[in-house]
Amino acid sequence: MNPSVEALRREFGDAIGVAFTSCGQSIVYVDRHRVRDALGWLKVTPGQSYDYLVDVTAVEYRDPERPIEVVYIVRSLARRAELRVKAELAKDEPLEIDSVVSLWRGADWLEREVYDMFGITFRDHPDLRRILMWETYAEGYPLRKDFPLRGRFSRAEQVRQAMSASTEAQYSLEELSIYEAYHDLPMDMRERLARGARGAIPDPPVPDDE
Amino acid sequence: MGLTPAETALKQAPDSALRPAQPAGRSVVSQVSPNWLTTRLDFLVNWARSNSLWPMPFGTACCAIEFMATAAGRFDLSRFGMERMAFSPRQADVLICAGRLPFKLAPIIRRIYDQMPQPKWVISMGACASSGGIFDNYAMVQGIDTVVPVDVYVPGCPPRPEGLLYGILLLQKKVRGETLADRSIREEHPVAPGSLRIPARLIDELSEPFGNSIHQTRSA
Repeated sequence: MNPSVEALRREFGDAIGVAFTSCGQSIVYVDRHRVRDALGWLKVTPGQSYDYLVDVTAVEYRDPERPIEVVYIVRSLARRAELRVKAELAKDEPLEIDSVVSLWRGADWLEREVYDMFGITFRDHPDLRRILMWETYAEGYPLRKDFPLRGRFSRAEQVRQAMSASTEAQYSLEELSIYEAYHDLPMDMRERLARGARGAIPDPPVPDDE
Repeated sequence: MGLTPAETALKQAPDSALRPAQPAGRSVVSQVSPNWLTTRLDFLVNWARSNSLWPMPFGTACCAIEFMATAAGRFDLSRFGMERMAFSPRQADVLICAGRLPFKLAPIIRRIYDQMPQPKWVISMGACASSGGIFDNYAMVQGIDTVVPVDVYVPGCPPRPEGLLYGILLLQKKVRGETLADRSIREEHPVAPGSLRIPARLIDELSEPFGNSIHQTRSA
């Protein structure tokens, strides 16, 4: 068992649930409301220094009674130690958990993927949008157990909706690296971006000279 | 002979939906019987076209690896006049869709197809591009012919380079059979946003589970 689990238990007490080892990796359950604190503590505390977030993902089990788990895999590059932290989200409550983007910038897209596939909302995420499916995708969250493998709509409707998606709407202004240069863009390009089907588009930054 | 429901639907579907070349679209020229001059001209034009097909690779999966092998030295696509890969649709003749097509890419391949100038042809390479293949799931187009018209389907998962070469030779054969008299072959059939290239019930029918694809209802 990874000694970090005991350290976590001393620091966070009741917020730390069961812990066990699987395939040589320690797994520890943390209360959903304390998971960001725990991960932040693991990251900065000397002796722990889990500085690298390997992955954020989620698991839904076939047993409908079991909660959905959000899984964080963290690694200490200096100590060569790895720890799996899990948080349980009961299905009868809103699927919400705190975002860890403030701790690891790399969690941005990982959390977006979890949101896209499982419908879990990450509070305080800077840009929580779908990442794999397109923005206007209306069939639900594909990796949920109640999602039929072939999707909810008929094939013809799926083709129709896919074909009416704007090819420009896949990217955010930030991803296109033209967010800052918005005011320098030609008018038609600005209109095209504003017309995009991706819902809320942030207001362009105001130039300094105005 | 017994026809499957999908085949019956194909037979009954309006021609305009399935095949650009419909009798109604034929011009006056086609009603004149081909004479010596037009057939000679056809031969010349088709000879030139079929021996200088410039492919636009649209590689999305492992089929693209086989496509690369086909283009490389051992199999050498250049032997058949495909000397130049056109990585811009504006300079391409043949769109080769090598690999599965996710719904997210569907509007993109349609746009690429629309950007290609006439004459243009499409090869659907591999099981996934032709029918969805093993990916009978929420994310995958069940055959690119629901999005763009297809001239040659190459089976295989992925097809060996020989298979693709055979498909290309079939396409050349098809090109040699075309005639300038039939203008409907080269007619554009753009698809308006929100509409479909072929009737919705046909897409549903062609996308039904088959073979070893999973049998699942569409709604949970």
